[in-house]
Amino acid sequence: MRTLPKIWLALALVIAGAAARPGNAVAQVSDGVVKIGVLSDMSSLYTDLAGAGSVVAANMAVEDSGIKKRGIKVEIVSADHQNKPDVGSNIARQWYDVDKVDVIVDVPNSGVALAVSQITKDKGKALLVSGAGTADLTGKACTPNTIHWTYDTWMLAHGTGKAIVKTGGNTWFFLTADYAFGQSLEKNTEDVVLENGGKVLGKVRHPLNTQDFSSFLLQAQASKAKIIGLANAGGDTTNAIKQAAEFGIGKGGQSLAGLLVFITDVNALGLPTAQGLILSNTFYWDANAETRAFAKRFAERNKGVHPTMVHAGVYSAVRHYLKAVEALKNDDGTKVVAKMKAMPTDDPLFGKGSIRADGRKIHPVYLYEVKKPSESKHPWDYYKLRNTIPADQAFRPMAQGGCPLVK
Amino acid sequence: MLSLGLAVIFGLLNIINFAHGAQYMLGAFGAWMLCEHAGLGYWPSLLIVPIAVGAIGIVIQRFMLSRLANLDHLYGLLLTFGIALVLQGVFTNIYGSSGLPYRLPPAFIGGFNLGFMFLPRYRLWVIAMSLVVCGGTWFVIERTKLGSYLRAATENPTLVQAFGINVPAMITLTYGFGVALAALAGVMAAPIYQVSPLMGANLIIVVFAVVVIGGMGSIGGSIVTGFGLGVVEGLTKYFYAEASNTVIFVVMVLVLLVKPRGLFGRER
Repeated sequence: MRTLPKIWLALALVIAGAAARPGNAVAQVSDGVVKIGVLSDMSSLYTDLAGAGSVVAANMAVEDSGIKKRGIKVEIVSADHQNKPDVGSNIARQWYDVDKVDVIVDVPNSGVALAVSQITKDKGKALLVSGAGTADLTGKACTPNTIHWTYDTWMLAHGTGKAIVKTGGNTWFFLTADYAFGQSLEKNTEDVVLENGGKVLGKVRHPLNTQDFSSFLLQAQASKAKIIGLANAGGDTTNAIKQAAEFGIGKGGQSLAGLLVFITDVNALGLPTAQGLILSNTFYWDANAETRAFAKRFAERNKGVHPTMVHAGVYSAVRHYLKAVEALKNDDGTKVVAKMKAMPTDDPLFGKGSIRADGRKIHPVYLYEVKKPSESKHPWDYYKLRNTIPADQAFRPMAQGGCPLVK
Repeated sequence: MLSLGLAVIFGLLNIINFAHGAQYMLGAFGAWMLCEHAGLGYWPSLLIVPIAVGAIGIVIQRFMLSRLANLDHLYGLLLTFGIALVLQGVFTNIYGSSGLPYRLPPAFIGGFNLGFMFLPRYRLWVIAMSLVVCGGTWFVIERTKLGSYLRAATENPTLVQAFGINVPAMITLTYGFGVALAALAGVMAAPIYQVSPLMGANLIIVVFAVVVIGGMGSIGGSIVTGFGLGVVEGLTKYFYAEASNTVIFVVMVLVLLVKPRGLFGRER
C-alpha cells in the first residue's frame, strides 16, 4: 500500500505535464500563428446554443477561408467560462499573456463578455462577440477592440417587442433573468412598449438557471397583462414556456413573448409546446440554398444539432476576421478590428453587411413564427417567416448608444 | 421527496449521498427513454424507472460504497460526488444541455381556477403523491418491525447480525430504496421541467440544506422542513424574487446558530 501515493503522484505529474505542453509548444512558434480562442459555455445551460458548436463553426470558417493554403497558420483553442465573469477573465488573461491568443470569439453570457471586452481592450487584442446579448457592448461599454456580431438586446426588444405591441399586445409583465443580459433586455423592451403606447404592469427577476417558475407565473397571471415577456435565455426560457403551458397561460388569454429564443430551444421544447411563439432571429438555417448547405455540413459535425444564430455568427465573424488579417498581413488586435470595420462584410450566411464605428455588425433581422406540428415537414423544419426588418432599421442608431468612440 | 431519500440514506447508513441529484436526473431520463424508445407512457414509468435506477444504486453500494463503509464519511461524499459529475458529464455530452421534451400525461392537462390562483392538476397530483410516499416511508421506518431492525442495525451492526439478520443486505437495500425515491422524484419532475442533464446539479445543494435544517438523519424532520421551506421559498419568490435562491441558506445559517443539530436532530 505504501507505493500507492507515489503512483498517484506520478500520474498527477504526467497529467499536469500533458496539460502544460500545448502552451509551451506555442510559445516557441512566436507570432507566426493566428490563434483563435473560442470562449464559451461548454457545460451549463448555454452549451447547446453556443458551446462545442461554436468551436465547430470556427473550424469551418478557417477551412472555408482557405487561408492555410496561402501559408498563414491558424490555430483554434477553446475553454469553458462556466458563466462566471471571474473565470472568463482569468482564461482571457491567460490566453492573451501566456498562450498568445490573438482573438477571442463567441462568449455567451453578457456578464462574462463585458469583463472580457475590457481585458481585450487593455491588452490590445480583438474580441468578436456572437453569443452575448447586452447592447452595452456597442453602447457605453464599447471599445475599439470589440465587434458585436449576431444580435443584441436592443434589436431583440425592437424586433419582437414592437411587432407584438403593434398587433395589440399593449400590456406587459416581465420574467427577467437577474443579470446583465436579462436586465438590459428588460429595459430595452420596456422602452419599446412605452414608446408605442403600451404599459408595463409588473416584473419579476429570477436567478439565472431557475428550475421552478410556478410562483413567477402565478404573479404574471395575477397581473392580467396581455403579454408575458421572457427576458431570459436557454434553459430558463424553455422551462418557463413549458410551465406556462401547464398553468394554462395561453388559454387564459395571455400570450408569451420569448424575447430571445434559439432554434435549439424550440427543438428542446418540441413543436406541440412551442407552436405559435413569435421570435426575432438573424439567421435561420433553412433560409436559402447556401445556409442549408452550411447547416448540413455543420450538423454532421455537431451530433445532428443544427446551427443557431450564435454558431452562424461565430462562423461569419471568424471569416471576416481572417480576411482582415490577410489584407493587413498582421494580427495586431486593434489594427485588425479597425480593418474589419473598414471592409464590407460578405459571407454565405448573413450576406452582404457592414460593421459600424461603434463595433455593431449590421444585417437584417427576421421575425419568425414557430410552425404547428402539422406544418413541419422534416426534422428542424420549425420556422415560418413573418416579417423582415431591414438592416438599417434593425439595430440601435449609433447616436443613441452613447458609445464614446463615436462622440 | 428528494430530501427524504437523502435523509433515509444519511440517517440510516451515514452516507452523504452527493450523487442524489444525478440519480434524480437519471429518473427523469429513464422516463424519457421509456417513452421515446419503448413507447411506454407516464404510468408504467412511475414503477419501472425507480426500480431500475434503484438497482443501479444497489450496484453502486455493493461494489463501491461498501468498500468505504469503515472510513470517514468524507470518502463516501467524494465518491458519490465523483459519480454525480461523471453521470452529468456523460449525459450532457450525449443529449446536450437544452433538455428534452416530456409531455404531461393526458389525464393531467388543465387545472382548477381557485379564484385567487390557478392550480394545475398535475401539481396537485405531485403534492398528493409526495405526501403519501413521505408518510409511508416515515411509517415503515419509525413504526414497523423492519424499520426497527434497520435502526438497530445502524446503531450496532455486530449485535444485530448476531441475531441472524443479514445487515449488509439490509444496508444495500436501504441505499437502493433511497436512490429509488430520487428516481421517482425525477419521473414526477419530467413533465414539469425540461428533462436535462443539469436538472439535478442545482437542486442537490438545496436538498442538502433541507436535510441539514431538518436535522441530519431525522426522517420526520426532513419531511416537515421540505414542505416548510417550499412555502418560505414560494413566499420569497412572491415578495422579493431576487433572494429566492439565498433564502434557504439564510434559514440554514439561522437554524444552525440556534440549534446546531437541526430542528429535529437527535443527540447521537
